[in-house]
This record gives sequence, C-alpha cells and structure tokens, in this order.
Amino acid sequence: MTERQVYMDHSATTAVDRGVLEAMLPFFSEEYGNPNSLHAWGRRARKAVNEAREKVAALIGADASEVIFTGGGSEADNLAIKGSTSMRKDKGRHVITTAIEHHAVMDAFGWLDKQGFDVTVLPVDDKALVSVTELEKAIRPDTILFSMMFANNEVGTIQPVAEAAKICRDRGILFHVDGVQAAGHVPFNVQDLGVDMLTMSAHKMYGPKGVGGLYLRKGVRVEPIVHGGGQERGLRSGTENTAGIVGFGAAAELAVRRLADGSIDEEARLRDLLIKRVTSSIEEAFLTGHPTQRLPFLASFCIGSLEGESMLLRLDAAGIGASSGSACTSGSLEPSHVLLAMGLAHEVAHGSLRFSLGKDTTEEDIVYVAENLERIVADLRALSPLWKTRG
Amino acid sequence: MYTEKVMELFMNPKNAGRMEDPDGVGEVGNPRCGDIMKIYIKVKDDRIADISFETFGCASAIASSSMVTEMVKGLTLDEALAISNKDVVNALGGLPPQKVHCSLLAEEGIQAAIEDYRAKQKAKSGAAAPKS
Repeated sequence: MTERQVYMDHSATTAVDRGVLEAMLPFFSEEYGNPNSLHAWGRRARKAVNEAREKVAALIGADASEVIFTGGGSEADNLAIKGSTSMRKDKGRHVITTAIEHHAVMDAFGWLDKQGFDVTVLPVDDKALVSVTELEKAIRPDTILFSMMFANNEVGTIQPVAEAAKICRDRGILFHVDGVQAAGHVPFNVQDLGVDMLTMSAHKMYGPKGVGGLYLRKGVRVEPIVHGGGQERGLRSGTENTAGIVGFGAAAELAVRRLADGSIDEEARLRDLLIKRVTSSIEEAFLTGHPTQRLPFLASFCIGSLEGESMLLRLDAAGIGASSGSACTSGSLEPSHVLLAMGLAHEVAHGSLRFSLGKDTTEEDIVYVAENLERIVADLRALSPLWKTRG
Repeated sequence: MYTEKVMELFMNPKNAGRMEDPDGVGEVGNPRCGDIMKIYIKVKDDRIADISFETFGCASAIASSSMVTEMVKGLTLDEALAISNKDVVNALGGLPPQKVHCSLLAEEGIQAAIEDYRAKQKAKSGAAAPKS
C-alpha cells in the first residue's frame, strides 16, 4: 500500500462535492415526495426540482423551460439524436457527426445507420480539431442533423462550436452538442453559441452519477425515447430522480462559482505545469490534442515505446489514478478511435495516457505524479525491446 | 481483473532485460497490436542455461514473459518447446479472456528463440563441414 493517493481521472468521474451531497441528503428520507403529487410532500419536491432546473439553466445561459432532466449524459445524447431525427425524418435522411465522438453519440449514429439514415463522419486533424469547412462540404439538401462534441474526453480539444452553429443555422440543420466534458468547466452561453441541443452530465462537475440534462432550444421538437407518465414535458417519462436532480442543481451552482472565481485558471495553470514537466523530462513524450484550445483540467500524452495499460497499473500501484486509450484498456485489440482519427500510428496510440485534474488537485499532486511517471517510464522502458533498439 | 501472480510478476518481473551474446533470439508480435516479446537464450548441453526477455506490452504480456522464462529455464530444448500457452496461463492462475493472446506470444517467443538457435547451429556446422 502506498500512503499517497492522487486521483487524476476526473474526466471519468468526479467526487460528489460535500455541499452538493448536503443539498441532496434531505431528498432521500425527509423530502421524499413525488414531484407529480398534488399534496404538500409533492409540492415541496416539485419546488426543489424547479429550483434545480433554474440553476442548471443558469450555468449555460438557458431558460429553465429549455432544460430536460435525464438519467445521464448517454441518455441525453440518445434523446437528442434519436428523438430529433425521428421527428424530422420526412425532411431528410442524412445526418453528420465526427470521428471523435463519445460512444453514446457514435453508437446512436450507428443505430441511425441501421434504420436507413445516411451517416457522414467528419474527420479531424492531428490536434483532434473538426474543420467547419469539412462540415460545409458535407451538408446536403437532405441533411437534418449535425452532432459534435464541445470538447473531447480523451485529448481535451475544444471544437469550434459557435462557427459550426452558424453554419447549421444558415443551412436549416439541427445542431446537437455533446457538452458532457465542457459544461461546468468551460464558460459558454447557449444563446451566444446558437446551438439547438446540448448534453450535460452531473457527475462530471461534482454532482451525482445517473443524472444528466439536455438543453433543448425553445421550438426544437424531439420524440421521446422513454414513454410513460409524461414527466419532463412528456420528453422523459419516469418519476423524477429528485435527490439526483437537486444534486445536479447544486453542482451547477458550484460550477458557476468556479467559472467566476478564478478556480478554472488555477486548474489550467496546474495542467500546464504537468504538461511542461512531462514533455520536458521524459524523452519521446508528447502532448496529444490541441496545445491551447483544450479543456482546462485535461493533460493527455503519448509516451514512446510503451503501452498504456502497463503504465496505468504501475501508476495505480503508486496510488495514482489515470487512464489510457490503449487497446489493452479498452478490452478490444484496437487503440482508441479518437487517437487513430487524429492520424496517430497504432504503436503510438498504444502508449497514450490521460491525466484529468480536479478542484482539489494541488501542485504537490502534480509533482508527485510527474516524479512517479518519470520513474515508471524508465523502469518499463528498460523492459521494452522498442526502446533499446533506438538507443 | 488480474490474478495476484500476474500482478506480482508484472511489478517485479524475473529474467527481465537484454542479454549480451545470446545463442538464440526470438521476437514475436508487432507494435501495431501493442505487443512485442523478445526472448534471449543461452544454450548449454542442449539445455536452456540462461534466458531473458524484453517486452513491449500490457501487464499480462510482461507477466507472461516473466513466467515462461522461469518455466523453461534449465529444460532441454525439446522440453521447452513442449510448453504451451495453456501451461503459462495455468501457472499465472488464469488470464482474462481478451489477454490470452499474450500467453500465446510467450509460447511463440520461446519457439522462435529455439528455432533461431538451431538455425544458427545448423549454419555453423554447415559452414564447418566442408573444412573437416
């Protein structure tokens, strides 16, 4: 056992903030009413859900009536993609997405493909950036939807969302943005951006797991994928997860504070410290993704002549939690589709590592991670036939 | 996901590192798939007198390399050739299904090293024959 524990996998999930947890607690055993009931218990629960909706809407500059709560980010992505195309399929059967999406989007498009839609997948450049010129070229008269992530979960690249939104608006195409990694971490306003739909997830911003949200601009119509009691304007039936929704609201409030008080800048400073240290002290270690246009909490690398899983497990043994897009961590034999889409060779992509910082990450944590990574890379390279043949 | 034995050998692999002047070298796998195993052997009286490995790959590839080198050390070449990937998996206390190919590399690595040794011997005796 190691004494020090450094969690650097906040892209995977975050701890529920203490204040968020406290806000949630009464809604399990005290305020347990069903928000749809007419009695006092129900009215109190309804009020809590409404307040949470206001807070989540405030985070992204939306009106509360434009926020639909779901059972997580994946469900919100599915609702946006399947629900909007189902509504518009008579207008056209062509849809567009990108090569670096999360599986929740990628596989929803795969499902559309099976339903007879024509799917175009936009490429990215070596920094994982989508080109809006490519988007313009891909649009056809029968295009009905474009879906693109706000920021990539593996390499952190932030996409030209506003530019893409303008193109979609001019061409009359619905634009969905998977904002799971960006919401609460990158300041933005859905009105200024001009997007039609945007996915959020509570557990990526110090809220609970199992709660997500879909921003649906006023006037955008989607067909529900969960039918039943007609909750959430009939777009997501099922008794509201009151405690979870309250937690999402509290997490959104926390995010608004963090975006305003300089916390995000401090996180970016620590991220840059880690990037600088790793790329300067470790030979053949390079940053993946965009050098500046990237998530403030995410540092991702490829380490030459090494395989990701072996580095992860050695880091884990030193009390450090990180992640990798190598084949061995995915359960398949292929490395991450994101790294391959960026044009990285298989052998390079196998050596990927991702560190995602959190609100409690300290400079000491950064130094601890860098020192351990340096040691682990040296130890594993002593075992690697690829490394020796170079030297 | 991994057994204690796999983790133990992954953290502290035995017979790791490059060998100077080996009698035989076998290299299997390819970097595209994320696994390369290189086995070095020294042979004395038809037995594996010394062995080491270098492996690029995941924890199970490194543990499989370590395990197979321990298993074949001291064996005759034919005995070593009879070691199968199943023997390696069993000795490790099991591997997750998607990692079984790592143990196959271990089996193939030993075979490749022995083949290389035998080919070199043959070349030597072949080259020596006309002179004698």
